[in-house]
Amino acid sequence: MAPVASYMLRRLIGSIIVMWAVATLVFFMLRLVPGDPVAAMLADAGGPDEIEAMKRSLGLDRSVFVQYVIWFQNMLQGDLGSSIYGSRAAVTDVLTQAIPRTLSLSLLAFVIALVIALPAGILSATRRNSATDTTVSLLAFLGLSMPDFWLAILLIIVFAANLQWLPAIGYVPLAEGVWPWFSHLILPAIAIGTAFSAIIARMIRSSLLEVLKSDYMRTARAKGLTPWMLMFGHALPNAMIPVITVIGIAFALLISGAVVVENVFAIKGLGRVLIEGILNRDYPVVQGAVLVVSAIFVFSNLIVDLLYGVIDPRIRLN
Amino acid sequence: MSDITQNLDSDPQPKRRSRFRATLVRDRKAQAGLAVLLLFVIGAIFAPLLAPFDPNEMTLDMMSGLSWTHPLGTDDLGRDLLSRILHGTRVSLFIGVSTVGIALAIGIALGLVAGYFGGWLDLIIMRYIDLQWAFPNFIIAVYLVAVFGTGLLNVIVALSLAFVDDFARVARSMTLSLREEQYVDAARTLGFSKARTLFIHILPNAVAPIIVQATVSVSYAILGEASLSFLGLGVDAYTPTWGLILADGRGFITQAWWLGVFPGLAIMLVVLAINFVGDWLRDALDVRQAVEG
Repeated sequence: MAPVASYMLRRLIGSIIVMWAVATLVFFMLRLVPGDPVAAMLADAGGPDEIEAMKRSLGLDRSVFVQYVIWFQNMLQGDLGSSIYGSRAAVTDVLTQAIPRTLSLSLLAFVIALVIALPAGILSATRRNSATDTTVSLLAFLGLSMPDFWLAILLIIVFAANLQWLPAIGYVPLAEGVWPWFSHLILPAIAIGTAFSAIIARMIRSSLLEVLKSDYMRTARAKGLTPWMLMFGHALPNAMIPVITVIGIAFALLISGAVVVENVFAIKGLGRVLIEGILNRDYPVVQGAVLVVSAIFVFSNLIVDLLYGVIDPRIRLN
Repeated sequence: MSDITQNLDSDPQPKRRSRFRATLVRDRKAQAGLAVLLLFVIGAIFAPLLAPFDPNEMTLDMMSGLSWTHPLGTDDLGRDLLSRILHGTRVSLFIGVSTVGIALAIGIALGLVAGYFGGWLDLIIMRYIDLQWAFPNFIIAVYLVAVFGTGLLNVIVALSLAFVDDFARVARSMTLSLREEQYVDAARTLGFSKARTLFIHILPNAVAPIIVQATVSVSYAILGEASLSFLGLGVDAYTPTWGLILADGRGFITQAWWLGVFPGLAIMLVVLAINFVGDWLRDALDVRQAVEG
C-alpha cells in the first residue's frame, strides 16, 4: 500500500477507535448519575408507575451490558433515542436541525479568525519589535483573555442595541438568503473567532520568525526574489506547517465557544441543545449532543492530521 | 557517598532566581500583570472589608448608574455591583487555583508514573489521556456537571478532571527525557528508591514546564468557571461569581450597560494578568519548547 494511503488508513482507524471509546464513556458516565436517573429525568412530575413505564421504554429494566449493546446498535443505525422533554422528538432530528447551525457558526468564525490572524501574524513577524509588533501582541493577549460570552454581550450592546445595524438574536438558514444568514451569524462568529485568531496570529508570528532565519530563505533573498515572492512563495507555506497543527488543537476553542455563545444569541445549535438538555435533565439529548460535539472534534483533528501528512511527507513516513 | 548525594540534590535555584529578576526587569507586561494580580488577590482576601455593601443585599435603588454610593452601579434587584464583583473575585480565584491544584496533583502523578515505569502502565495511562484529549476541556466540564450536578465542589471536580490530561502530558514528556539523564542513572546506581528518584530527582527538574502549564491552566479554569456560571451550571445562585453576575445582568444590558461591562472586565483583567505572568515565566524558565512542543 502506498505510504500516503497507509498513513490515512491508520489515522482513520485510530479515530474510529477513539470515537468508540468516547461513545462508551459517554454511555457509562450517564449511569453514574447519583440516584435513579429516571427519577431525576422526571423530577417531581412522575410517580412510581411513570418511572417504571419510562424505565421499560428506555430499556433501563435490563442489565447495563444489554442496554449498552442495544444503545450501541441503535446508535450505529442513527437512532439516539427520543427526547424526554417537550414534544419528545427523536434526538437524531433535534441534532440534525442543530448541526448545520453550529457548523455555519464555527466555519464563519474560522474564516473571520484567519482573515484577522494571517495579516496580523505576517505584519508582526516582518516588523519584529516595532510598534506594529507590540500592538498585535497586545491585541492577541486581549483576544485570548476576553471571555467569548462577554465579547458577545459587548457586540450586542454596540451593534444591535445602540447602532441597530445587526440583529441581536436568532438564526436564519442560508437557504433564506445570504445576507439574513450572514447578518445573524457575524456577531456570534466574531465573539467565537477572536480568541482563535489570537492563537493563530501568535503561532504564525513565531513560526514565520523561525522560517525567515533559515538558510533557504537567505538563498531565496540572494537570488533577488521580490519581498512578495519571498513571503508568499517560500516563507508562508513553510511557516504554515506547525500552524495547521495548532489550528487542529485550537478548533476545540471554536466548538467550546459555540456552546456558550449560541446561548447568548439564542441560536439553537448543538451548544444550546446541550445546555437546554442539561437544564431540563433531558439525558438522551445531552448524550447525543456530547457525542456529536466529540465526533466533530475528533474528525476535524483527523482532517488536520491528514492535511499535515500531505504537506509534510516526514510525518506520514514516520 | 554523602558528597555525591549532596550533588544530586543540589539546587539550581540561585541561577534561576537571577534569571527571574533579569527577565522581570525587562518585561513591562509581566510587571503590570503581577501588579494587577496582587490587586485582585488583595481584593479577594479583604472583600468583606472592602465591599461597601453585602453582595446579596437588595435595595430599592435598582439599576442606578455609577455614583459615589455605588461606584459601579446596581443591578435589577438593587444589589451593589462593586460588592458583588469583589466577592466574586474570591470565588473565581479560589476555583481557578484549587482546580489547577487538583489537576496538577493527579496529572503529575499519572505523567511521572507513565513516563518513568513505561510498559503497560504507560500504555493504560496514555490511552486514558488520549481519550480525554478527544474532548474539548470545556465540553468535559459541562458533561461532568451534567452528570454530577451543579455546586462549588462539583464545579471544582469537573474542571479539575477536565485539565488532568494537560499536566499528565507535560509531566510524562519531561520524565521520559529526564529518566535518561546521568544523574538519574547515578541515583538508581546508588540504590535510591523509585519514589525518591521520581520525587526528589526527576520532579524538581521537570517543574519549570509544569509551572508554566499551571499558570496557563489557572486562566482557563477561571474562564471555564465563568462560562459554566454564565450558563447556569456553576456555583449556586446565591454565591456571586463573575459569570453569574453577567448572566443575571444579561437581560438588562440595553438599559444598564454597566451590568454587561464591569463583571466581564474583571474576568478579562485577571486572565490577561495571568497570561502576562505566564508569558514571563515561559521566558524566565526557558520552557517554550517543553510546553508547546
